Amino acid sequence: MVNLTINGRQIKTEANTTVLEAARANNISIPTLCANEATAPYGACRLCLVEIKTARGRERLVTSCLYNVEEGLTVQTNTDRIRKIRKMLIELLLARCPDSDVIQKLAQEYGVGKSRFVEQSGTNKCILCANCSRTCEEVVGVSAISLSKRGTEREMTTPFGDDFSDVCIGCGSCSFSCPTGAITVEDKKGKRTITFPHNIVEFKLKKCSVCGQYWAPEKQIKYIAKTSGTPLTDYDKCPDCRD
Amino acid sequence: MVKIKSPAELGALKNSIMEKRQAEKPVITICNGTGCQAYGSKSVVAAFENEVKKQNLESKVDLKVIGCPGFCERGTLVVIKPKDIFYQRVLPKDVPEILSETIGKGNIVNRLLFTDRARNEKIVKEGDVPFYKSQMRLILGNNELIDPEKIDDYIAIGGYTALAKALQMTPETIIAEVKKSGLRGRGGAGFPTGNKWESTRNAHGDIKYIICNADEGDPGAFMDRSLVEGNPHSVLEGMIIGAYAIGGHEGYVYVRNEYPLAVKNMRLAIEQAEAYGLLGDNILGSGFSFHLQIRRGGGAFVCGESTALMASLEGKVGEPRAKYIHTSEQGLFGKPSNLNNVETWANVPLIINKGADWYSKIGTAGSKGTKIFALVGNITNTGLVEVPMGTTLRTIVFDIGGGIPKGRKFKAVQTGGPSGGMIPEKLLDLPVDFDELTKAGSMMGSGGMIVMDEKTCMVEMARYYTNFLMGESCGKCVPCREGLRQMKYILDSITEGRGKEGDIELLQDLAATMVDASLCQLGQSASNPVMSSIRYFRDEYEAHIKEHKCPAGVCKIAAAAAK
Amino acid sequence: MPENENKAKVKEVIKKYHKDKSTLIDVLHDTQAAIGYLPREALETISAGLDIPLSKVFSVVTFFKAFSLTPRGRHLINVCLGTACHVRGADKVVEQIEKELGIKTGENTADLRFTLETVNCVGACALGPIVVIGEDLHGEMTPEKVSEVLKNYS
Repeated sequence: MVNLTINGRQIKTEANTTVLEAARANNISIPTLCANEATAPYGACRLCLVEIKTARGRERLVTSCLYNVEEGLTVQTNTDRIRKIRKMLIELLLARCPDSDVIQKLAQEYGVGKSRFVEQSGTNKCILCANCSRTCEEVVGVSAISLSKRGTEREMTTPFGDDFSDVCIGCGSCSFSCPTGAITVEDKKGKRTITFPHNIVEFKLKKCSVCGQYWAPEKQIKYIAKTSGTPLTDYDKCPDCRD
Repeated sequence: MVKIKSPAELGALKNSIMEKRQAEKPVITICNGTGCQAYGSKSVVAAFENEVKKQNLESKVDLKVIGCPGFCERGTLVVIKPKDIFYQRVLPKDVPEILSETIGKGNIVNRLLFTDRARNEKIVKEGDVPFYKSQMRLILGNNELIDPEKIDDYIAIGGYTALAKALQMTPETIIAEVKKSGLRGRGGAGFPTGNKWESTRNAHGDIKYIICNADEGDPGAFMDRSLVEGNPHSVLEGMIIGAYAIGGHEGYVYVRNEYPLAVKNMRLAIEQAEAYGLLGDNILGSGFSFHLQIRRGGGAFVCGESTALMASLEGKVGEPRAKYIHTSEQGLFGKPSNLNNVETWANVPLIINKGADWYSKIGTAGSKGTKIFALVGNITNTGLVEVPMGTTLRTIVFDIGGGIPKGRKFKAVQTGGPSGGMIPEKLLDLPVDFDELTKAGSMMGSGGMIVMDEKTCMVEMARYYTNFLMGESCGKCVPCREGLRQMKYILDSITEGRGKEGDIELLQDLAATMVDASLCQLGQSASNPVMSSIRYFRDEYEAHIKEHKCPAGVCKIAAAAAK
Repeated sequence: MPENENKAKVKEVIKKYHKDKSTLIDVLHDTQAAIGYLPREALETISAGLDIPLSKVFSVVTFFKAFSLTPRGRHLINVCLGTACHVRGADKVVEQIEKELGIKTGENTADLRFTLETVNCVGACALGPIVVIGEDLHGEMTPEKVSEVLKNYS
């Protein structure tokens, strides 16, 4: 067990825990956008920055999602300096994604009015946190999408910007993990449409042999059958009709 | 080539190489580094080769094609040894005369000599040329004695004797010596090298990687290029000593793709060192093995950052990662890794051979040894300058650099590349020292020194650097990516006459967050050019914003914009 | 058929690097040197041969400036925009080349004679502004010299 202090409170936690995990386990809130319990921490949005002082007296700013707890660590999550940084980060994100309701809500929470910066158009709601591609790689295991180019030109796309994908199984985990709703999934008339920031990919949905409901993309079912080593016929019925 | 199996055999090889050479036979050294190649040095080399045959002078003179000796302004550089006759701006058409007059008859070809305009006299000997006189060329000086494609040249000047000596010391003793020398990283951060070696040695695990950062991304800096092109073995020798001290058996030399000659020469050096048993299995019969691979960059400044470089070596995009756990603990492929810059590695054989006591007498209290700088821009003598730490900027710019050409005035010198800052005239007496330069709002950096004259607009320079960094940002973290994007917009509008009240303060606000919140050094230091130019040249910003005028006359601010 | 030839060349490159995933960047360099650029099929072969998801290969190719997904001209023009060249007027040289060839940086001439790119420092700063065409270094370039230099490349 490790003993540390967060915002003046004595906290006891297991070793190999991040400061963010320790804070959340103790109902201390730290804002995040790129953190995702199902994937390894990424440290890109910088919203979870906290001020720390180690037992040996070293003071610095660290992203709590990546910094492991240490014996005798002192953490401050809401100092003036931290709030100032968060305000600026939100102001920058607001200029990038002016239409994002999630960013607008954060702006309200942190007292950010209109952004002083030049608004970007066409980036819709993607903040390049890579939750989608990291989930696709680490959880689903197909790596269908990725961040291409670099710097201010960076974008989340399928390879070559195709409106199809050889490996995407249409599971929609990317959309589920996206903090701003930049990826949407729509099921309609036997077809699933996943709309990415720059691409649209469509999938044929499987119809249940019993109730006739469309329940999952055929490609996803094929993938599940293959990886679990079960026959495809197991999936002719939707989960509800399978008892 | 037969493998050298012991230090004694190395000594014997050196003697046999020296025996085959006639000490008094003139040698014509011709620079064929990338800089002189831009002057057409390849044709000069070819002309010499042809003319020597034509004039039947093979028995009278040897030719040696060398890497960059540093006085790039005057290429193609030709020095005739042992008298050190210095010919500059040599063209193919000058070659027959050099051979017939200087080699054939012992006469000097006056028009090819360097003219010291200050004293209005022609200089014959290389060492008397003002550019070289105030330098202390401990590292770069060897470039003139070596054909980089011939390992025997390196051995002839004592190459690999430091390695032989080191292999008879214990790793701990070597590390103690490097610590004692006070050597600090030459890549820019200035981290104490001995400490880094020690941390990596003490880290958990049997597999440790030894890496050379030859990515040299700072535009205007080419010190590392000249070392890797001109004396690759000095870097290799340093790496092998380091590997032995740290306990690493595998390593990489990461060279940026934009340096094809450096890649070629280093590759050849590795092959030749392996053939001699100085690299690879059972080095010099010591039982210690170390294997090196060369890898190329893909064209990304961010890959000069250690974790981005390592990601690139793993076949991934050059995205840095947090360094809460140092790379000396978890680096390449998650293993303890020791990464050092080219010039840092090149200093190691010198420290081992001459000792830490000798080395630490050079330089200042906090910055030991010499540093190589690339002196470029609006300066008379462009080239590579090696001076002891503590030399003032004024000495470098005026005594060595020859001051500002075209009768113009000095305005600022930029050190540290895009991560550094502008230093104005009033601070010219600052010594080159890691800590002093940082205090002034700049940094030592890798060694690029860009001189700017009165016709430079400091706001435009800040815009240039911001634009550069924006293009090189990896794009992972919000403060760097979005911060640079917005900084560029603001600087664009100021230089285009659309600046408004509050722009300076907004730049400062943005900079504060970029410094505090960016993931890596690129983002953390990205606002240095802007902030240092505001600190020392605020009046120029205000002229652009309030009066819609560019005092240096550079920015095209249309009269209409002033309305 | 060029496609089959290309596939064979790529497989040779992968073999040379022992199918080592970490050598992706060198594999891409050698492949681009062999084919002239990186066509889609080559990247698919590399993805399969090195067992790296295509999306990750695509990320690396688009991250690094050295790589091109589209065919390049016979002569690659690289204008140095490093700081030393910049203070000596490199952007005017770029503008002049753009004007002469009727293309913008990053583009090819219609007849695929030239591709125009910029680079951040080749380390020959004494002769700035520098323009590299293929393997030739042209130093002390001015807008006035552009036409003459380009004439040498057919």
